[in-house]
Amino acid sequence: MKARNKRLLLVGGGVALLVAAVALVLSAFQQNLVFFHTPSEVVAGKAPVGRTFRIGGMVEAGSIKREADGLTVNFAITDTAKVIPVSYRGTLPDLFQEGKGAVVQGTLGPDGRFVASEVLAKHDENYMPVEAQYALDQAHEAARTVQQ
Amino acid sequence: MTISTTTPGRAAVRPPQGWLRFAAPQQFYPLAGQLAPWFAALAALLAAAGLYIGFFVAPTDFQQGEVYRVIFIHVPAAWMSMFIYLIMAFWSAVGLVMNTRLSFIVSQALAPTGAMFCFVALWTGALWGKPTWGAYWVWDARLTSQLLLLFLYFGFIALTRAIEDPRRADRAGAVLALVGAVNVPIIYFSVQWWNTLHQGASVSIAKAPSMATIMLVGMLLMALAAWMYSIAVALWRVRALILERERHTEWVGAVLEAEAKAAGGVR
Repeated sequence: MKARNKRLLLVGGGVALLVAAVALVLSAFQQNLVFFHTPSEVVAGKAPVGRTFRIGGMVEAGSIKREADGLTVNFAITDTAKVIPVSYRGTLPDLFQEGKGAVVQGTLGPDGRFVASEVLAKHDENYMPVEAQYALDQAHEAARTVQQ
Repeated sequence: MTISTTTPGRAAVRPPQGWLRFAAPQQFYPLAGQLAPWFAALAALLAAAGLYIGFFVAPTDFQQGEVYRVIFIHVPAAWMSMFIYLIMAFWSAVGLVMNTRLSFIVSQALAPTGAMFCFVALWTGALWGKPTWGAYWVWDARLTSQLLLLFLYFGFIALTRAIEDPRRADRAGAVLALVGAVNVPIIYFSVQWWNTLHQGASVSIAKAPSMATIMLVGMLLMALAAWMYSIAVALWRVRALILERERHTEWVGAVLEAEAKAAGGVR
């Protein structure tokens, strides 16, 4: 075997071993690498109890209610299967809207209400002009009218 | 100038023919010097077109408003930072296997540009994250693995500069580049493998882009500009590294003398 082929085998083998090791480590840490839990996981009791964690999902349509003090906001976060009620006191990011993604960080109270200390808006990967969204809304509206 | 192709006593080793002869630093030095300005000019043209489309032609986004325009810088920079690392790892592997000096030089010439793009991606991402997410930084898998990439670049640069003997420095750097390359697919697929705050890919080979065409055109022009810029800068850096390493050889002496004469003639 030529020295060059030996080195190729050595480098290739080394990289392959490394990839296998990293794959094993990553699959072992799968749980810790998750940035947020889904409402279904929280209901199923898979979320950490008694310490801070994050829930990610959609802000349920029609669920945002501001309290009289003007700072506290109540809303519900859902993955369309399960719904978790959330309370938050503070300023919300601009993109925080009903029907859009959000990630809330805080603790789950004994009454099943999640008390958030931080709210982040989760943005999706769609980019389009304002006019295109307007046209889409019009189309949805037309489809609904036809059905009725 | 004529280059003798046969050396007494080493008649068995044939000098490489065709484009492989550019693997010799002495041959690559003038080639790099000829190519670099063309790539730089292309980079300037593409960047001008891309920035014009990005900031004057592309429409406002329906959700994010004007802040989305960061993608014309952020996405090409992030792509480039990952791609340059893979290229560095490739040339490192070639260098380790084939024992070619130029391969190591190329991977070391690419490192500062990769680190720069990596920093730009993190920085513009933070500026975008504050108004969009509500936070400059979160420790999600995408952001954390990209930060790790920046540290890998710094580590590579520091390691190759810290070792005096260039042959040992080349080898140590190459091993680090190969080991670190494992991080690149992790960065890319992190948004698919785990729940992350960072959104998924808008543009990928697997599916149609979820983006208006004119926005996409602007972004791709900027990505091409980043490629051309990286090639141009790397070629110039390769030339500097070749001169530094071969400074004791006759041909570098001749090149420097000729350049000094040309500069004197201009004055």
